[in-house]
Amino acid sequence: MFGWLTQTAALAALNLRSLPRRPGTAAVAMSGIAALTGVFAGVLSMASGFEKTMDGTGRADVALVLRSGSTAELNSRFTGEQADVIRYAPGIARDAEGEPEVSAELFWIVNAVGKSSGTEANVALRGIQPTGYSLRKDYRLAEGREFTPGRFELVVGRGARSQFMGLEPGQTIRFGKTEWLVTGMFETGGSVFESELWCDVNVLQSAYQLGNGFQVVRARVDGADGRLQLEEALGDDQRLSVDVWSEKQFYSDQAEDTASLINNIGLPISILMGIGAVFAALNAMYASIAARARELATLRAVGFGSFPTALATLLESVVLAFLGGVLGCAIAWFALNGFQASTLASSFSQVVFNFAVTPDLLGRGIVAALIVGLVGGIFPAVRAATAQVTSALREL
Amino acid sequence: MARELIRLAEVSKNYRKGRELVRVLEGISLAIEEGDFVGLMGPSGSGKTTLLNLLGGLDKPTSGDVEVDGRNISNLSTGALAKWRASNIGFIFQFYNLLPVLTAARNVGLPLLLTSLSASQRKKHVNTALQLVGLADRAKHYPRELSGGQEQRVAIARAIVSDPPILLCDEPTGDLDRATADEIMSLLQRLNRDYGKTIVMVTHDPRAASFAHRVLHLDKGELGAAPEEIH
Repeated sequence: MFGWLTQTAALAALNLRSLPRRPGTAAVAMSGIAALTGVFAGVLSMASGFEKTMDGTGRADVALVLRSGSTAELNSRFTGEQADVIRYAPGIARDAEGEPEVSAELFWIVNAVGKSSGTEANVALRGIQPTGYSLRKDYRLAEGREFTPGRFELVVGRGARSQFMGLEPGQTIRFGKTEWLVTGMFETGGSVFESELWCDVNVLQSAYQLGNGFQVVRARVDGADGRLQLEEALGDDQRLSVDVWSEKQFYSDQAEDTASLINNIGLPISILMGIGAVFAALNAMYASIAARARELATLRAVGFGSFPTALATLLESVVLAFLGGVLGCAIAWFALNGFQASTLASSFSQVVFNFAVTPDLLGRGIVAALIVGLVGGIFPAVRAATAQVTSALREL
Repeated sequence: MARELIRLAEVSKNYRKGRELVRVLEGISLAIEEGDFVGLMGPSGSGKTTLLNLLGGLDKPTSGDVEVDGRNISNLSTGALAKWRASNIGFIFQFYNLLPVLTAARNVGLPLLLTSLSASQRKKHVNTALQLVGLADRAKHYPRELSGGQEQRVAIARAIVSDPPILLCDEPTGDLDRATADEIMSLLQRLNRDYGKTIVMVTHDPRAASFAHRVLHLDKGELGAAPEEIH
């Protein structure tokens, strides 16, 4: 065992030392694998960034009440009377004045022009009640002021402001027949709410002639079993047919759908690129052993074994792949980590998120690169080990 | 009288080239004693290098036996042959076959990586071998920094560094000018005379062959001269 290990180490060192003599083929293999790793990490970072944004949204102590069977706020609907029934149901926490901590809201879609694309996209315009601010985790007014109830004013999330035109505080923007004044910008710790525009729910009702209707009721629940109490109470009430969600769980479920979609599109691309990278590695390794056929034959004539020769060739391929993988990961990290983008979520509105190139994801990229190196190196390794020494020694 | 070190008995070697069977060697029988210096001459394609490869365990005969120091190497596996070569054979090639990415010392030290010697012991052996070929001062030079004659001397140092009893030389002066070729032949002669190495050398050059104790002629796969050597 000592013998072949020493031989393999010596041969692998020789192979790697000779790499600078073959910069072209080595560079082709490395760049192919770097591209694969970069795309692989890019796709996964998009999905993980989206998931991170969605998972960071919502509080476990906030319940979301939607019409029964609704999977999104957009297709839920309540009358004002029903919203009042929910407001005073048991299980809901009360503030210092004894008022229920509830925000009955509307989730409306408007069109805004993307800054980078120049085309219109769906943006969520959410009508909230005054309690709506405090029900959001990490809510902070970062600039300007909050909207004045009763006026056509709105505050914009940080993500929405950075992605769409006309959303600077102080600017006015027209949605349909109505002109709105942007009064400020808010943050919610990078959650999905930062992709939204918020206004007074009553103003939104009148702007779009929605009567006294709402789509969702948000409520802070009272204690650990508050949501259960609320769910039971609303379930027993004949005037309602609703589902009660944990706000956190609701957004987490929504994240899964879109992240799966991104992965389902991105992974086949990565697999195709992986096949290409395997051929690049194959080509590089065949070129490597062809260029050193006489050297390898000499080493085997001297007494180096076939197995160590194969193993060293495989190691060279894996090292090349590793270097390509590191390069791809570095490119993905510097080019994509924190890069802001938006996509249409299952709420039918654009969700702004940051690509998240995480250490776990980089690790997966490197593993993918190593697999390519291993697969691409197997056949050249077999050829290096089984080539006729006598004929290779005669090659010039 | 010296003992018999190498023995070939009715050795034949055939290759298949498409549908055609090429008979390279036909029923070769030969004995080489320990400390002998044998020149092997013959026209191109006569099978000289093939014979050398069979002696060195780089190839296996189609039929017949190759015995070295009483051991039949014809039936050894590829792995066993590699081990056997490492301790018994030193190869010297026409184009030196040095590894361009290694210094002279590291090239010479390659066969020692197959032994259990420590790094310091290996270094000592390498220095001795380089001194013997007169290149101790070129130890840290790369092949591209050496002349052809110096490269061949490094290759000879590599061949002798693990002290194998047999040196197999394939046209060792074929790429060198007359004066340098004479230097190389003198070196081989000294290794044979002073260190008892048994040498088998393929050559086209009668001047190089004149350094050998005896010369065998191979033509169309058959040994044609020195009938007293044919069993």
